[in-house]
Amino acid sequence: MASVVARNVVKAFGSTEVLHGIDVEIPDKAFVVLVGPSGCGKSTLLRMIAGLEKVTAGEISIGGQVVNNVPPKQRNIAMVFQNYALYPHMKVFENMAFSLRLAKASDEIVQEKVHAAADALNLREYLDRYPRQLSGGQRQRVAIGRAMVRDPQVFLFDEPLSNLDAKLRVQMRTELKELHQRIGGTSIYVTHDQIEALTMGDRIVVMRDGYVEQVGSPLEVYDYPNNIFVASFIGSPAMNLFAGTVTAKDGLSIVLADDGTVLPLAQGHGVSDGRRVVYGIRPEYLALSKEGQGFETEVVVVEPTGADILVIGRTAGQELRASFHDRHDFRPGQRIWLNPRLDTVHLFDQETTRRLELDEADSDLPRFRAV
Amino acid sequence: MTDRPASTTKNADEGGTDYLETIPYRVVAVYLPLGVFLFVLLFPFYWMTIATFKSNTELLTTEGFAALWIVKFTFENVERLLFQTEYPRWLVNTLFVTFTATFLSLFCAVFAAYAIEKLRYSGARLVGLAIFLAYLVPPSILFIPLATIIFKFGLFDTPFALILTYPTFLIPFCTWLLMGYFRSIPYELEECALVDGATRFQILRKIILPLAVPGLISAGIFAFTLSWNEYLYALVFISSSEVKTAPVGVVTELIEGDVYRWGSLMAGALFGSIPVAFLYSFFVQHYVSSMTGAVKE
Ligand SMILES: Nc1ncnc2c1ncn2[C@@H]1O[C@H](COP(=O)(O)OP(=O)(O)O)[C@@H](O)[C@H]1O
Ligand SMILES: [Mg+2]
Repeated sequence: MASVVARNVVKAFGSTEVLHGIDVEIPDKAFVVLVGPSGCGKSTLLRMIAGLEKVTAGEISIGGQVVNNVPPKQRNIAMVFQNYALYPHMKVFENMAFSLRLAKASDEIVQEKVHAAADALNLREYLDRYPRQLSGGQRQRVAIGRAMVRDPQVFLFDEPLSNLDAKLRVQMRTELKELHQRIGGTSIYVTHDQIEALTMGDRIVVMRDGYVEQVGSPLEVYDYPNNIFVASFIGSPAMNLFAGTVTAKDGLSIVLADDGTVLPLAQGHGVSDGRRVVYGIRPEYLALSKEGQGFETEVVVVEPTGADILVIGRTAGQELRASFHDRHDFRPGQRIWLNPRLDTVHLFDQETTRRLELDEADSDLPRFRAV
Repeated sequence: MTDRPASTTKNADEGGTDYLETIPYRVVAVYLPLGVFLFVLLFPFYWMTIATFKSNTELLTTEGFAALWIVKFTFENVERLLFQTEYPRWLVNTLFVTFTATFLSLFCAVFAAYAIEKLRYSGARLVGLAIFLAYLVPPSILFIPLATIIFKFGLFDTPFALILTYPTFLIPFCTWLLMGYFRSIPYELEECALVDGATRFQILRKIILPLAVPGLISAGIFAFTLSWNEYLYALVFISSSEVKTAPVGVVTELIEGDVYRWGSLMAGALFGSIPVAFLYSFFVQHYVSSMTGAVKE
C-alpha cells in the first residue's frame, strides 16, 4: 500500500489544457473520491496516476517515488473501468487470473488468489462463465475481483457503478465500502455522482474544469463548502442560493434579496452592510413557520419521496427547494412561510464566489469558520 | 360487438414489421429479385458443369443434342485434363503459392493494422492512407516494375515470384480489413491489460488476436480467393509448365492455337473453384457465429 501525491499536475491534449495544476495528497490506505461534473478532468487525472496518460507538467508520486516516466506495468496499480473492460473471450477465472499469469505466478498461487477473491465477492459459482453470461452487477464484481487478486499499491476506480441500475448501485456502494474496510488499500474513486462521493469517501476531492475546488471529509465539504460551486454541486436536493445585499433593517442585519425579499441572518456575523453576497440555505434547514417569520414562498410542485416531502416553491423570483421530514398537506398555489435555521446559513461573496470566512466575520458562529 | 382488435396469437408472430407485408408483396419484393440474383450467379457454374461432361461433338452442335443439359455423358474431358496436362501439379502449385502468400500477408497485415489503429503515434492516419493508396495502383501497371525486380532477384519462373508479389495487393487489402476489426475492440481492454502488466506484444497475442478472429478469418478468406484467382502476375512471372498455377496453366495449355478444348477448360475451372467454394462454406458459418456478441460486452 502506498500514498499518492499529485503536485501541480498539468495535462494538456494538444494545445487544450484540461488540468491546470492539480495538488492532491492521498494518504496511505485512504478511500478518496474525485467528484465533479462530467468533463472536469477526473478520468484524466486518474489515468495519469495509472500511467495511461502522460503528465504534461508537474509530478505524480506513488509511495514516495515519482512515477511520471514509469510505465503502467511497473506502477503496481489496479484499475476498474467504467464499462468493466472484462476480456470477452476469457472465462471469469481467466479474467481474474490474467495479471497473475502475466506475472508468471505458479498455478497454486493463481488458484488460491482467484478463489479467495471469488469468495470475497460471491463469485465462486460463476468462475466458469464468460462475461457475456453475467449480469451487470456480477460483471462489476469480476472487474473488482480482477483488481483484488493483484495486491496492488493503489486501487483506481473510474465510475465503476455508473452502468448499474439504481438499486444495484446502492448495494454495490455498500459492498465496495465494506470491502475497503476489510482489505484496506489506498483507493482512488472517480464519480460524477455527489451522493456516491459523500457516502463512500473518507475524503472528497471536488473538481471543476480542471481545478480542485475543495478537499475534505464528506461532512466538511457538505457543511462548509468553500465556494458557490461546491455548495450547489454537493447535496441533493441542491442548496438554495439567493443573490442579495447585507443590510440593516429594524436594527437587525439581514440579506435583502434583489427583489426585496428579506432573508434573515444570525446576528454578529461581522459582514459589513452593503456587501453583495449570495445567501445559501440547504432545503432541509428550512422550517415551516408562522406568517411573518422567515420568508414567504409559493408552493409550485410537491414531490413526496416517502422519507421526505420535497416542496419546490417560488421565492425572490427564483426556484426554492425545501424538504420536510414531517407529513404536511401542501397544495400547489398555497403560500407558506419558511424560517431558515440561522446557524446553517452560508454567505458567499458575489464577486469571488468564495465563502465569507471567519477573518472577515468576527462572530463565534461555527458556520462562518475558516476553511 | 366489442371494439377490441382481433386476437393475433393464432398465427406465429415473427416480430418486427413483417406483419405489414402481404404474401404477394413478399414475392415481388423479396423472392423474385432473389431468384433472379441466384440464377445469374449460379448459371455459369451450371454451364461449366455440363460442359465438363459433354463430348466435344455435343459441345459444338445442338443438332440432335440439347444446349441446356447433357445427352451423352462422358469423362473424356476430365481424363484429358488430369492425365494429359499437368493439372494436378498446377493445383498443388496454386495451393502452395496461395497459402504462403496469404499467411505472409496476414502476418504483416496484423502488425500493420495494429500499429496504425492502436498505437497512437502521429502520422498513423497518413500511413493508413498510404497503404490504401498502394492498393489502388492497378496490377496491370505494377507488374512492369515488379517484373524488373523479379528478374534482378533471380526469382523469375519460381513460386517465389508469386509469393512475394501477391502481398503487394494482399497486404493493403488485409490491413484495411483488419483495421476495421481492431477499431471495434474497445481501448479499455488494452488499457486494462496494460495496467494488468501486459506488454504490447502480449496484448496483441492474448487480447486483440483472439477477439479479431472473425476479422482474421474474413481477411484470410478474401486473401486466399484473391491469390487463388490471380492471373496476370502468374501469367507474366512464370513460364515453365511445372511451376504454373491452375488458372494460367489451364488457359495456356488447353488453348492450342485457335483450338479451344472447351470441355477440359471447363473441367479445370470447375475443379479449380471447388477449394474456394469449400473454404467459403466451411468458414462462413464460423465467422457469422463469432461475429455476434464477441466484442461488445
Ligand atoms: N484523448 C483526449 N484528447 C483530447 N481531449 C481529451 C481527451 N481525453 C479527455 N479529453 C478532454 O479532457 C476533459 C476532461 O475529460 P475527462 O477527464 O474524461 O473528464 P471526466 O472524467 O471528469 O468526465 C474533457 O473536456 C475532454 O474533452
Ligand atoms: Mg470520466
